[in-house]
Amino acid sequence: MPTVTVSFTPLPEHVRTARFIAASVARRAGVADDVLDEIKLAVSEACSLAVRFNLAHAPSSPVELRLIEDPESFSVEVADSVGRGAPDADGELAFDLTTDDDRVDGVDLSGHERLGLAVISGLVDDVKVEYLEAGSVVTMTWPIR
Amino acid sequence: MDLSLSTRAEGEHTVVVVGGEIDVYTAPKLREQLIDLVSAGSYHIIVDMESVEFLDSTGLGVLVGGLKRVRAHDGSLRLVCTQERILKIFRITGLTKVFPIHGSVDEAVAATD
Repeated sequence: MPTVTVSFTPLPEHVRTARFIAASVARRAGVADDVLDEIKLAVSEACSLAVRFNLAHAPSSPVELRLIEDPESFSVEVADSVGRGAPDADGELAFDLTTDDDRVDGVDLSGHERLGLAVISGLVDDVKVEYLEAGSVVTMTWPIR
Repeated sequence: MDLSLSTRAEGEHTVVVVGGEIDVYTAPKLREQLIDLVSAGSYHIIVDMESVEFLDSTGLGVLVGGLKRVRAHDGSLRLVCTQERILKIFRITGLTKVFPIHGSVDEAVAATD
């Protein structure tokens, strides 16, 4: 089970790097070319959320990106360090960004989380989100042709 | 590729040509541009996204923010986009019903007349 793990400081500028690494490893693993754009977008959403949460609540903790290749599938795990419950599913999506960034302790990120997860769910058939004491983990899996 | 932005006037409309990637890092630059335009009195904005290579929900948030700002002045914000990979996120989030999306700048200009 070949695995690539990337750990990065929670800064917005690193999200681009994360999605390029994910796409590169996915391509090497044999994921179909037409799925690579979806992987980039899903990884960008998950990493953006992890960066926002860690920046706001655990700025010294890195975001972890794990890329796992199986014979049948390619999985991406994105882990942050902010223990919390799942966002209220009935709440609003945060489309409007009212502040320059989210580097403010106590900022409500649930709207961003609902929007990010809605996009991921729309893109990826096999997605799992775990809310653990140590933080949340988003796992997304794609079949290898 | 980073984000590139340029603006030009087309009659009463301001066309913002966006290129590159719109994500959590670059989206603030686009938001700033839209805020500056509205502050300067441009209330009919066309965002040309044909050269956008990547767009995620942070970018969508900025576009929705821009739409709210121009609507506060009875203005409009129209998008030009024919790229399937970019249109997909608008469909997933239901925003195809919120934004008028056109096939060309000419079409967008004509639609606002």
